[in-house]
Amino acid sequence: MNGSATLELSGIQAGYGDFQALFGVALRVEPGEAVGVVGPNGAGKTTLLRVISGLLRPKVGTLRYGDQDLTKVPAHLLPELGIAHVPENRRLFPHLTVEENLKVGAYAKSARAEFAKRRDRVYDLFPRMAQRRHQLAGTMSGGEQQMCAIGRALMCAPKLLLLDEPSAGLAPLVVQQVFDLVRRIRQEGLTVLIVEQNVAQVLRVVDRAYVLETGRVAAEGKSAELSADPVLRRSYLGMH
Amino acid sequence: MNKILPSILVLALLAGLPLLSLPEYLLHLLITAFLLGLACTGWAMMGRFGQVSFGHGAFTGIGAYGMAMMWNLYGVSPWIGIPISVVLAAAAGALLGWPCFRLRVVGHYFALVTLAAGEIVRIFVTAAREITGGSLGMTPHLAPEAAFSAMQFSKSGFWWITLGAWAIGILVWHLQNRSMSAQALSAISEDEDAAASIGIRVAWEKLKVTVVSAALAALAGALMAQYRLYLNPETSAGLGISLQIVFGAIAGGMYGPLGPTIGALFTIGLEEVLRVFFGTGLIGAAPLIYGLLLVLFVLFMPRGLMGLFESRRHLGPGKSSSTKTPQRVGT
Repeated sequence: MNGSATLELSGIQAGYGDFQALFGVALRVEPGEAVGVVGPNGAGKTTLLRVISGLLRPKVGTLRYGDQDLTKVPAHLLPELGIAHVPENRRLFPHLTVEENLKVGAYAKSARAEFAKRRDRVYDLFPRMAQRRHQLAGTMSGGEQQMCAIGRALMCAPKLLLLDEPSAGLAPLVVQQVFDLVRRIRQEGLTVLIVEQNVAQVLRVVDRAYVLETGRVAAEGKSAELSADPVLRRSYLGMH
Repeated sequence: MNKILPSILVLALLAGLPLLSLPEYLLHLLITAFLLGLACTGWAMMGRFGQVSFGHGAFTGIGAYGMAMMWNLYGVSPWIGIPISVVLAAAAGALLGWPCFRLRVVGHYFALVTLAAGEIVRIFVTAAREITGGSLGMTPHLAPEAAFSAMQFSKSGFWWITLGAWAIGILVWHLQNRSMSAQALSAISEDEDAAASIGIRVAWEKLKVTVVSAALAALAGALMAQYRLYLNPETSAGLGISLQIVFGAIAGGMYGPLGPTIGALFTIGLEEVLRVFFGTGLIGAAPLIYGLLLVLFVLFMPRGLMGLFESRRHLGPGKSSSTKTPQRVGT
């Protein structure tokens, strides 16, 4: 895969029934890069992520991962390919313990044999989870749940991690902690794609970002450039 | 940790029961209860993961009538007929399950679909009276000169067959418990979307467990018919037996391998008590009492009778909370 993008979308059009949510979105994520997709409610951020993770098939457009055409791959095989999805609102299994949540994260055939090793790695990365391993996931705080959800995604040893609104519903201080987690994961060499409404925070973590507006890419660029862009500052960062 | 030796020991003890020259009646109750226990065990393999079926009577019916018709019409020995009809029932389970799971028919809606399926088999059997005997029932031809190949045994002979079949059910339960499927199913029962997002094949996992569950119910149904040497659409298929299976599994508790069997013993015991007390004097009393008890169990003993014996520490995988079971059972 040398030189080719980890993930490449072009001309993606997608929607639900007659309703079209994405109008020709193009996006590229290079290996080892962290990329953000930001935008207001209803811009199509989650739809975009659903397209990437195979839960929604695009009507038009190409979607490639390395040299593979992802539009042909069933969603349940993505973890085998090294793509892990942390869904919006974490979606843990609240009545399973932390460790059991991690265990189902290693459901992919290639991951089952590696369970113990990967679990220990997640515990190394997030020592808090090791302390809480026998606690029911639903009884933990929001930040810990997010940590557990990311840990669960790491169990399939992904190369590409898709994060959907990791800050949703979390207190500002906890949001910072969650983005610290993302930084830590990046140091492990993972490629990360974050969809986020919290523009200010996400721009501090990612290398580049795309601004999505009503299903179209309205702007893209390096994080530093985007956070300096006066239009963007006014519309998304509430700064003047 | 080795559970194999004690299991074999218990099985050997149970197998030795007929040597104690127990009253025939007691042995009859045990055979009936353990066969129902097998069906309940199969049911609970789905039920404990929130896949509540009110239609396992369809599978017991297919198992029973498949076996009996092969014997009566074509002279196929039950030794061959039972495996074939078990496969047929498993196929019926797949046929019923696949569209449900693809279209995400879950919870109450899934329960309704299965309810209809059980009734369809019963109505079909009643309607096809030329070959099934309709509502008059059906008697497998007796073959005293070839009792073994016809699987027509005395009570103690049938007790051993029952025990073997029941042990298969318990073994399948253990295999499921140890497999990744059990983990996947408990994830699915909590949140199907989240399970799909981590690569669990939701429809496929549900289909697998449905097929296995249907097969166990069919085995129980066929053996029950063969033991009684009488089949009837009301008692071999349909809502009556479906509800009895549900009741046994819930009353006994679905979270340990022996729970459903304990529930079946309780169910058969209760049935006998009610029969002795009410006889034919109060038609409808038994279902009323079943219904009432079912509500009470779901509300106050969601882990069933087995829940009384469980220590807090010793819960099955993924079953660390007792508070979640009411919602799960109820949906």
